[in-house]
Amino acid sequence: MLKYILNRLFHSVIVMFVISFIVFFIMFKAGDPVQLLLPPDATQQDVIEMRHALGIDQSFIKQYEAFLKNVAKGNLGNSFVYGQPALDVVFERLPATLELSVLAMIFSIIFGVPLGIIASIKPKAWYSKAIMFLSLSGISVPVFWTGMVLVLIFSVLLGWLPSSGRGEVYLFTSAFTWDGIKHLIMPVLTLSFFQLALILRLTRTGMMEVMMQDYIKLATAKGVPRRVVVYYHALKNSLIPLITVIGIQFGQLVAFTIVTETIFAWPGTGKLIIDSIQNLDRPIVVAYLLVISFIFVAINFIVDILYTFVDPRVRV
Amino acid sequence: MALLEVKNLKTHFFTRNGVVKSVDGSSFSIEKGEILGIVGESGAGKSITGFSILGLIDSPGRIVEGEINFDGKDLIKLSENELQKIRGDEISMIFQDPQTSLNPVITIGEQMMEAILYHKKGVSKKAAYEACVEILKTVGLPAARKRMKSYPHQLSGGMKQRVVIAMALLNNPKLLIADEPTTALDVTIQAQILYLMKKLSQEFHSALILITHDIAVVSQLCDKIAVMYAGRIVEYGSKEDIIFNPLHPYTKGLIECLPKLNDEKKRLYQIPGIMPSLLGLPQGCYFKNRCEFSDDECDTYPLQQEINGRIVFCHKVK
Amino acid sequence: MKFFKNELVVEFFEDKLAVGGLIIFIFLCILALFPSLFSYQNPYDLTQLFLENSFQPPNHTFWLGTDEQGRDIYSAMVYGLRISLYVGLASTVLSVVIGYTLGLISGYYGGWVDTIIMRIADIQLSFPAILIALIIMALWGEGIGKIVIAITIVNWVYYARTARGVVLSEKEKDYSQSAKALGMSNLGIIFGEILPNTTAPIIVIATVRIANAIILEATLSFLGLGVPITEPSLGSLIANGYQVLFSGYWWASVFPGVLLMVLIISINLIGDRMRDIMNPRLKR
Repeated sequence: MLKYILNRLFHSVIVMFVISFIVFFIMFKAGDPVQLLLPPDATQQDVIEMRHALGIDQSFIKQYEAFLKNVAKGNLGNSFVYGQPALDVVFERLPATLELSVLAMIFSIIFGVPLGIIASIKPKAWYSKAIMFLSLSGISVPVFWTGMVLVLIFSVLLGWLPSSGRGEVYLFTSAFTWDGIKHLIMPVLTLSFFQLALILRLTRTGMMEVMMQDYIKLATAKGVPRRVVVYYHALKNSLIPLITVIGIQFGQLVAFTIVTETIFAWPGTGKLIIDSIQNLDRPIVVAYLLVISFIFVAINFIVDILYTFVDPRVRV
Repeated sequence: MALLEVKNLKTHFFTRNGVVKSVDGSSFSIEKGEILGIVGESGAGKSITGFSILGLIDSPGRIVEGEINFDGKDLIKLSENELQKIRGDEISMIFQDPQTSLNPVITIGEQMMEAILYHKKGVSKKAAYEACVEILKTVGLPAARKRMKSYPHQLSGGMKQRVVIAMALLNNPKLLIADEPTTALDVTIQAQILYLMKKLSQEFHSALILITHDIAVVSQLCDKIAVMYAGRIVEYGSKEDIIFNPLHPYTKGLIECLPKLNDEKKRLYQIPGIMPSLLGLPQGCYFKNRCEFSDDECDTYPLQQEINGRIVFCHKVK
Repeated sequence: MKFFKNELVVEFFEDKLAVGGLIIFIFLCILALFPSLFSYQNPYDLTQLFLENSFQPPNHTFWLGTDEQGRDIYSAMVYGLRISLYVGLASTVLSVVIGYTLGLISGYYGGWVDTIIMRIADIQLSFPAILIALIIMALWGEGIGKIVIAITIVNWVYYARTARGVVLSEKEKDYSQSAKALGMSNLGIIFGEILPNTTAPIIVIATVRIANAIILEATLSFLGLGVPITEPSLGSLIANGYQVLFSGYWWASVFPGVLLMVLIISINLIGDRMRDIMNPRLKR
């Protein structure tokens, strides 16, 4: 087990190292942020001084070397725009993003799994077909479009919900205040619509495949009541692969907060990264991507550990 | 009165390509403690017959006609709830492939205890647990107590089939239906399992329906034999009659196919041709195209004949 | 008419929803192929845009209203459909070709070729697709050709993985082994024997991924990182309209959005049905 964990850790460190190098290189090639940072009337002297201050007047190798030395000290460099340590800037906004992603994932699971089960039990019933058509729309609708329609209906037409910002924040989240909840509803719905549909469809397919297995027939032949066969024997088998999907999809959710946060002016990392890419704020971009890939690695790791608990066939 | 009497059972599957008459008018019966063998090629409707008795036919299949009288009740008329009480209690079933018939993510112990707990109200978990350990010992599973906590993948195929058999016997059923119980096992284990099943069904006073394609197996174990072909029973009688004096040409062919130790020189007999698809059955007797005796008479399906207490469907048997 | 007697084709047509999807998709393709026949304004032609027509609500002259430049939304949608479809199809074809070739090579030869290709794929898959496309587009600038390439860079990985998996299993099958025994060359086996046996799953995956590519393009355009508004795709039309949504000019974004949704649903209906037919285990 320990060996496995160390192996995984080593692997992830390599991947993150490669990512940092690639991103660093791309951003280096992308252009000179100083042009964007200084006012238009800045003199040549200002430019040279600023380039020196940011350390971007040196060769690529020197810059990357400096970056690695900083990393060893747990520092990813200062943001060109904000002047603060890049990691701090990202971490400051991370709770808002994780809040959206986690709530959207919970919402998708709570509704996606049961609806998927319902649609799997009698696939030819009218309600199953209705659920399936709705879920098809769910995977067919771009995230930004869902957000837009919600804004149009609930903010522009009805005026019930605020269309931007995070509202009142208490203890890292808006979920504890009424104002915060009102701000959360639309972004969370927007983000979860696609996920819900996807989880629903995968649950259904999984259940239908499992329901055809011999062991389900034997359980029935043994006199186990139908509801136990479906909700225990079959569900337990079809939920296991779903754990992997949910793990992967959580990463997707974090990425799609970029869109959601843009629509709802949500002060999270998604908006930060869009701005930072456009400002060529290399330290922030690198820090953001490393944090995201760390989240990915961590989730994969948790999924693997969970597997060893729920699936007796897997032992690390 | 017979323990189980199946009358004119018809189980059809309504597929996109037409109606598949998997079981089309089967009648047979079995007494307490008796062993009935149902023999036939794959696709002849043997398994579907077994599943029909327990009401385990999935869509698009349906029992369209017939009676299944078991202990004074017609199983076809029972509700799903009433059937569920009978399944695994009065009638239990053993499937063909032990590799796939146990739930991979639930322990052996839990899967076995279910069979008791859902039928015998008021039995404590502890008592159920002990009963399971006991029966695992009876079927000869080594380290029975330890195995209760195992998952199916930790057991070999033969061990799994012993678990499945043990599970079927837990509630001392009046009838046990075994669908090709040894086909997926190694030859060396096949004999052990068959012997075990015969011994246990005697010990537990259970009647046994043994579904198999292997006429050699039924000739050793069974009291009565029903031969199925293309969804219908073509010959039905006592083991002695069927094995030593088969009347239907198909039964004769099946017995000819058995290798015999005493005449080595003869090549193994084969019945020419293959069983017709259930979607393209010939007009008249389904066996006529493979039958050496067939003539114009066979263009109508033969009526049931009763000859010395056995039943046969063939124009050529007089 | 052998095509219509094919069992799979017959089965496809048994599902009314899928047939509906196909009809809509074909209709939209015709619109996109001949946009000038179906619209009364060329949205690229600045001489046809008049500022005094800006923000007209839907009316007789402008069926679905106009945007701030007086661009007719309906005509812009027909042209936008063309670009969305083009981006979806072109990027899917490119990624299938590149991904499958790399995947086949990777799976067939194994060794260091396999290691390199699959490591690249692994690293790429440790990031959400949209993030990679976003960075490429942000640093490279808007443009139709650029977005096709960006989507290809993101999507080839999926085909490469699928192809590699298929090759690894097919390689061991009898027909490949016998081709080898008959002295066929490696490339001959890959393209002559293995490839034809994998076309059906490719088509199904590709259909579903066309829809994904179109969504990705629209999303990037919505974020202002895809297709410029001078040559609008459906996504850039929606983005453009979104900016004035709060001023009450809902038609500028809602109509293109509905069309985008209809387009993607029709593709997904077709893809879903094909997947059901190809997956016999789920047939009932």
